[in-house]
Amino acid sequence: MTANALLQMVAYFVFLVALAVPLGGYMARVYTHEAGVAQRGLGAVERCLYRLCGIRADEEMTWKRYAFSVLLFNAVGILAVYGLQRLQHFLPLNPVGLGAVSPEVSFNTAVSFASNTNWQAYAGETTLSYLTQMIGLTVQNFVSAATGMAVLVALIRGWTRRTTEGLGSFWVDLTRSTLYILLPLSLVLAIALVSQGVVQTLDPQATVSLLDPWATDAGEIITEQTIARGPAASQVAIKQLGTNGGGFYNVNSAHPLENPTPLSNFLQLLSILLIPAALCFTFGTLVKDKRQGWAIFAAMMLIFVPMTVLTVVAEQSGTPLLSSLGLHENMEGKEVRFGIVNSALWATATTAASNGSVNAMHDSFTPLGGMIPMVLMQLGEIVFGGVGSGLYGMLIYAIMAVFIAGLMVGRTPEYLGKKIEAFEMKMASLVILLPASAVLLGTAIACVLPAGTAPLGNPGIHGFSEILYAFSSGANNNGSAFGGLTVNGTFYSIGIGLCMLVGRYWVIIPVLAIAGSLAKKKTIPISVGTLPTHTPLFVLLLVATIILVGALTFIPALALGPVVEHLTLSNR
Amino acid sequence: MRTLIRPALSLFVLLTVMTGFIYPLVVTGIAQAVFSHEANGSLIGDGTVGSELIGQPFDDPKYFWGRPSATSPVPYNAGASSGSNLGPSNPALAEALRARVEAIRSVHGESLHNIPVDLVTASGSGLDPHVSPVGALYQIDRIANNRHLPRTRVRELVESHIEGRTFGFLGEPRVNILRLNFALDGLEPNE
Repeated sequence: MTANALLQMVAYFVFLVALAVPLGGYMARVYTHEAGVAQRGLGAVERCLYRLCGIRADEEMTWKRYAFSVLLFNAVGILAVYGLQRLQHFLPLNPVGLGAVSPEVSFNTAVSFASNTNWQAYAGETTLSYLTQMIGLTVQNFVSAATGMAVLVALIRGWTRRTTEGLGSFWVDLTRSTLYILLPLSLVLAIALVSQGVVQTLDPQATVSLLDPWATDAGEIITEQTIARGPAASQVAIKQLGTNGGGFYNVNSAHPLENPTPLSNFLQLLSILLIPAALCFTFGTLVKDKRQGWAIFAAMMLIFVPMTVLTVVAEQSGTPLLSSLGLHENMEGKEVRFGIVNSALWATATTAASNGSVNAMHDSFTPLGGMIPMVLMQLGEIVFGGVGSGLYGMLIYAIMAVFIAGLMVGRTPEYLGKKIEAFEMKMASLVILLPASAVLLGTAIACVLPAGTAPLGNPGIHGFSEILYAFSSGANNNGSAFGGLTVNGTFYSIGIGLCMLVGRYWVIIPVLAIAGSLAKKKTIPISVGTLPTHTPLFVLLLVATIILVGALTFIPALALGPVVEHLTLSNR
Repeated sequence: MRTLIRPALSLFVLLTVMTGFIYPLVVTGIAQAVFSHEANGSLIGDGTVGSELIGQPFDDPKYFWGRPSATSPVPYNAGASSGSNLGPSNPALAEALRARVEAIRSVHGESLHNIPVDLVTASGSGLDPHVSPVGALYQIDRIANNRHLPRTRVRELVESHIEGRTFGFLGEPRVNILRLNFALDGLEPNE
């Protein structure tokens, strides 16, 4: 690895920590209603929203009522986005005159954005009107992120409260996440991105003349270039901050008008991990033991940093094919302004977080460079993960880790003063097993059906990797893709759509069930027999649990895809 | 549970208004007022000759060439961005790379230098406006011959168009091909 590669990575981690720590503290104050200046400024808007909606700010919901609110609100969102796409040709703000989106792609996109996956079965600039992008996708970018944060806060209340049924109000958590955290951050980031050249206009596409007219194979002379534009910056800002990842343009943040400079790239890269990283510190503050937050953060970094280094090295090494032609780095599908380092760093960050935006085409990565993003998704999107969803997933693994430790010494496991018993373990197993089953079953079905293999963009082993990547991405709510696979057909639209539903809502329900069960319990005092959960020992135990579960589940599938591809390429 | 229907519907509508209308319109307003050049696509001149952020296809030997583009139906189609998405083991990628290396070599001769990798690999967006400094310098003999310009003048022009890393460490050094070619058209031969 070059010195500059190291410098860019170190700068990234330093800025990330420097911003995440204070933001984490601020977010904790948002959820405990102590958000000072922001609350004085926006408090009137918040109260007005509650009055108009008939919401009681002090309502305490049981876990079932909380879960039902989440599902109901998300169902409304799915229906709205579906309807918008089907009717966009009758609606305003459609300057290019795009037609209705097909039913299956509409279903897929609606689920995709409500579940914070942002899988792209559509091609932004050629499928969706400005109105659909604005009030369909941008809105879901906000509320799906806020949903994740709300569920996380409810889970944390399971530990901070005792002998109660109440987990707080979903409506209040949702509103406060949006109003005090996501909106102000997005506004600042959007303007910063525009200053770098990200477009933000309601005008239709621009037409310019070519300096060197282009003759097509058919002999036609092309003299003009049509440049798609639109209100991109506002959507790109929340797409990164909310770990959504759905691009304004087809090629997402590889597009020069979506990510024009190294600085815009750095800002977007920071925003991808900012809130998920900061939530670790929010967690520490809320449970009144900041060391717990640092321990979780350390476990995430311990997985993330080596993965990043591996991807950078793999891409800088290229492939034997490239070497045989005298070429040394793998620049296929990458942009010159980002180069290898920023493309590889982005690929790991976007798949560690359940972001899924891309600034280079993962399908054209080297076999091992493309495997790391796949692994990060298959671990369940918990290394930072989605906003909220990453940390609640990680806390489920923490429960798993204390359970394993408890088995080893023969004590009832406990985490943060609450006993972990059979009910919690059953629910935790569901959280881990359901998305993993969706990945493996989906891949298996796609491999044996013609409808699954016909849309492949690459033949042979790499085709299998495309399928495995697609289901790993969908069921773990990431949204990035090996883009060669054509996914707007019925099979993948519906199949990935169902995986996204499983990966999101069948995880949220057990997580809230755990929250409800924990909140009802008494807090047990710390004794000599208590396993401390802020020590390096626990961090290593947690990392080992994650790697073990991930490896046991996915090594066979990975061996059939990227591993075999790497071996065949090097022995050619 | 019926008491949840009103909050669900009305909060959805109000949050849609806030995040779907007010937020993007406020951003548009500020962007158009403060950064109108950037917000409208960084168009050059009167807005009809190109965008400084969007590459254009060049195959005339008198111009610097940019990166191969995988957009369809024509390269550098800024209405439908796309990468090649060819996997590392795809025979089509091997074939495309070999053909491009061959083509570049046949025009530039057996150079002492390796062929710059960015000149033969398709960009991610299909619209990459840049090549690496090596990628531009590699082409100066061809440009000088075709334009009857002294080699040093072409080299100076390229060197004056190299953008370094942002703050000295972010991103990669690069040359904007459209800007470079506009500047090239401004040079008079044998001056």
